[in-house]
Amino acid sequence: MSKPRKFSSTRRKFLKGAAVAGAATIAPPTEAGLKARPVPRIAPLQDARAETTTPAEVDVLTSDHCGSDFMVDVLRSLDLDYVCANPGSSFRALHESIINYGGNQKPEFITCCHEESSVGMAHGYSKIEGKPLGVLAHGTVGLQHAAMAIYNAYCDRVPIFIVVGNTIDATMRRPGVEWMHSVQDAASIVRDFVKWDDTPISLQHFAESAARAFKVTMTPPMEPVLIVADSELQERPLAEKDKLRVQRVTRTSPPQGDSGAVAEAAKLLVAAQSPVIIADRAARTAAGMKYLVDLADILQAPVIDQGGRMNFPSHHPLNQSSRGRALIADADVILGLELTDFWGSVNAYRDQLERSSRRITKAGAKLISITAGDLYIKSNYQDFERYPEIDIAMAADAEATLPALTEAVKRLVTADRKNAFQARGTKLAAAHQTTLDQARVDATYGWDASPISTARLFAEVWAQIKNEDWSLVSSSQSNWPARLWKFDRYYQHIGGSGGAGVGYGAPAAVGAALANKKYGRLTVNVQNDGDLMYAPGVLWTAAHHRIPLLSVMHNNRAYHQEVMHLQRMANRHNRGIERAAIGTTIEDPNIDYSKLAQSMGLYAEGPITDPKELGPALKRAIAAVKRGEPALLDVVTQPR
Amino acid sequence: MSAFLLILILFAQTPPRGNAETGRTLFMKIGCYQCHGREAQGSTATGPRLNQNPITYTRFVSYIRKPSGEMPPYTAKVVSEQQAADIFAFLQSLPKPPAVESIPLLRQ
Ligand code: HEC
Repeated sequence: MSKPRKFSSTRRKFLKGAAVAGAATIAPPTEAGLKARPVPRIAPLQDARAETTTPAEVDVLTSDHCGSDFMVDVLRSLDLDYVCANPGSSFRALHESIINYGGNQKPEFITCCHEESSVGMAHGYSKIEGKPLGVLAHGTVGLQHAAMAIYNAYCDRVPIFIVVGNTIDATMRRPGVEWMHSVQDAASIVRDFVKWDDTPISLQHFAESAARAFKVTMTPPMEPVLIVADSELQERPLAEKDKLRVQRVTRTSPPQGDSGAVAEAAKLLVAAQSPVIIADRAARTAAGMKYLVDLADILQAPVIDQGGRMNFPSHHPLNQSSRGRALIADADVILGLELTDFWGSVNAYRDQLERSSRRITKAGAKLISITAGDLYIKSNYQDFERYPEIDIAMAADAEATLPALTEAVKRLVTADRKNAFQARGTKLAAAHQTTLDQARVDATYGWDASPISTARLFAEVWAQIKNEDWSLVSSSQSNWPARLWKFDRYYQHIGGSGGAGVGYGAPAAVGAALANKKYGRLTVNVQNDGDLMYAPGVLWTAAHHRIPLLSVMHNNRAYHQEVMHLQRMANRHNRGIERAAIGTTIEDPNIDYSKLAQSMGLYAEGPITDPKELGPALKRAIAAVKRGEPALLDVVTQPR
Repeated sequence: MSAFLLILILFAQTPPRGNAETGRTLFMKIGCYQCHGREAQGSTATGPRLNQNPITYTRFVSYIRKPSGEMPPYTAKVVSEQQAADIFAFLQSLPKPPAVESIPLLRQ
């Protein structure tokens, strides 16, 4: 093999893996394969000697393949359908390899206007599709933009595969911007909230770390992972392909609860007078939802769905989510499945001058927890919430453990217990019906109001979509969908942001719609105004990539949560109680969201202030969505 | 019960005459709408319905002055007795909502 003339000895060492290794084992779709060829000689662009001296040999200025071609083979082995990215020079070779060597298929490059949008899209996509999307970003400025969205995904236990560009070899950096875009340890800025990261120094190292990262991100608790793709590794000519190997991606089966603990939990649940099941991110897949229904059915136990995922059908008679507090207060056994906050589920907290809390459960009530969260904790960010005193804690994945728990329960159920369960179920079914009836009565209040009530908003949307194959991909500020709509499929609800970092809603909806597109589902997003204004460019991404999505604005012209916080502070200090709008509202001027959306190529109408106009406008917008476009309706609403 | 206390209770139960229009303005201006909705329709997420809420004036005033739960307190320093009465009058003036059966979208 000929030695590259201009490479420093350190660089040669650093790139050894790449230099001696070969090309991919997976053939690109557009070509039969790569020809083994010697590494060509190259000259750095701005090399004084190259300009002033006559080269002994002719400079080789092109090469047919580069390291990032192999990286595309690796990404393809991970079954990544898309990579979301705002283009950046630190991964220009990888970008080019994706679109030309890879033919812009699997992964396809999705153009984003902000790295927060890239990650937010991956977040929403993953919750529909159950697998990660790729995200590309600069290791510096791009990752800085992406950080909050990565934190959301981390808190929400969502797998995302992030690749960031960087140029570690200082002697290879172009003067100027490339120095600003280089960093010693790119992942350090997000290391607190990714599950694993690596900085490979050879292509084979990249392949192996990518396979490991995929396995790590897909093992519960699922979290984002990050791999640095050094620009030299990407851009150097690729030779000796036979020596490089794309690692086979293997998966780890999720951890199931210890059999002794499962048996103990089953005993408590069967003996309980008033058991309660609380689920937050219990169902990772459609199967998880079915497992939870099986367990609830056999026990005739109420289920409180905290909504981190679609855990339980909304109209199942055992769905008692609206009665959570009362049922928890009355419970003798509480089973928490992947709860973000078990402590907060069994305690009442009062946000007054004197912060105070009290346990709301009965004395002696037993707490059982199944969560993969117990397998994984970091110190800095505090998403683990307050310490709960659990009687049986299983460090395990709830979905993987539920079938065994249900079997153990079945084995213990006697005829007597069965009769008691039946009686309990009958009462719960009646309460469920009362709750549904009450919801419809509650919805009549403010029915004709302008700004439009949230009940009316959701009732109007429901009327238009209920006969479609729909998927609601936003988490609402009100719980009207849970009260008025009928949810019975896994993809009909995908939970929330996880970290409550505002700006998640719009990109997650576009990402989820991207996943839903191939199934032909009508994707619905009820879009908060403050959230959209973080990075509205994602609407352009939806239009550009023809991602069908119905967005209906819940436009209360405020960061309303903060309005209420400000009010609380003013009242607490007995002053300025009429000034809570300062710094918290989005008025004067009002933002015209339909114009904003139209400017980016969406079908859009609004602002709609008359509730009677909402139904017909929804029909028109849905017609646009069915043509394959994103559409947005700006609806001016009540606060909540 | 002392006569003084009796008078106090009687007095407390006779609200100052409230002005519903002023009350509506206040309801918006000092933030009640934020949690209870502009039509006092309530929200399970932020605050209960106050429209058609059978609460008495005495309980109303004592609740906003010293809420037992999450609601921020509105003391006499920032909301006068007259203003409280105006807001109460506004809440009383709210019409009953249409019946569920009269709204096709809410019929089952
Ligand atoms: C930041 C939110 C918030 C604001 C602002 C607020 N409330 Fe409340 N209010 C609540 C909540 C929550 C409750 C339920 C009880 C509790 O937790 O204190 C409540 C309860 C009440 C009750 C008791 C209802 C009952 O049936 O017992 C009254 C009356 C009331 N609010 C009136 C008002 C009025 C009048 C204002 C404005 C002057 C106001 N509230 C402002 C949140 C709020």
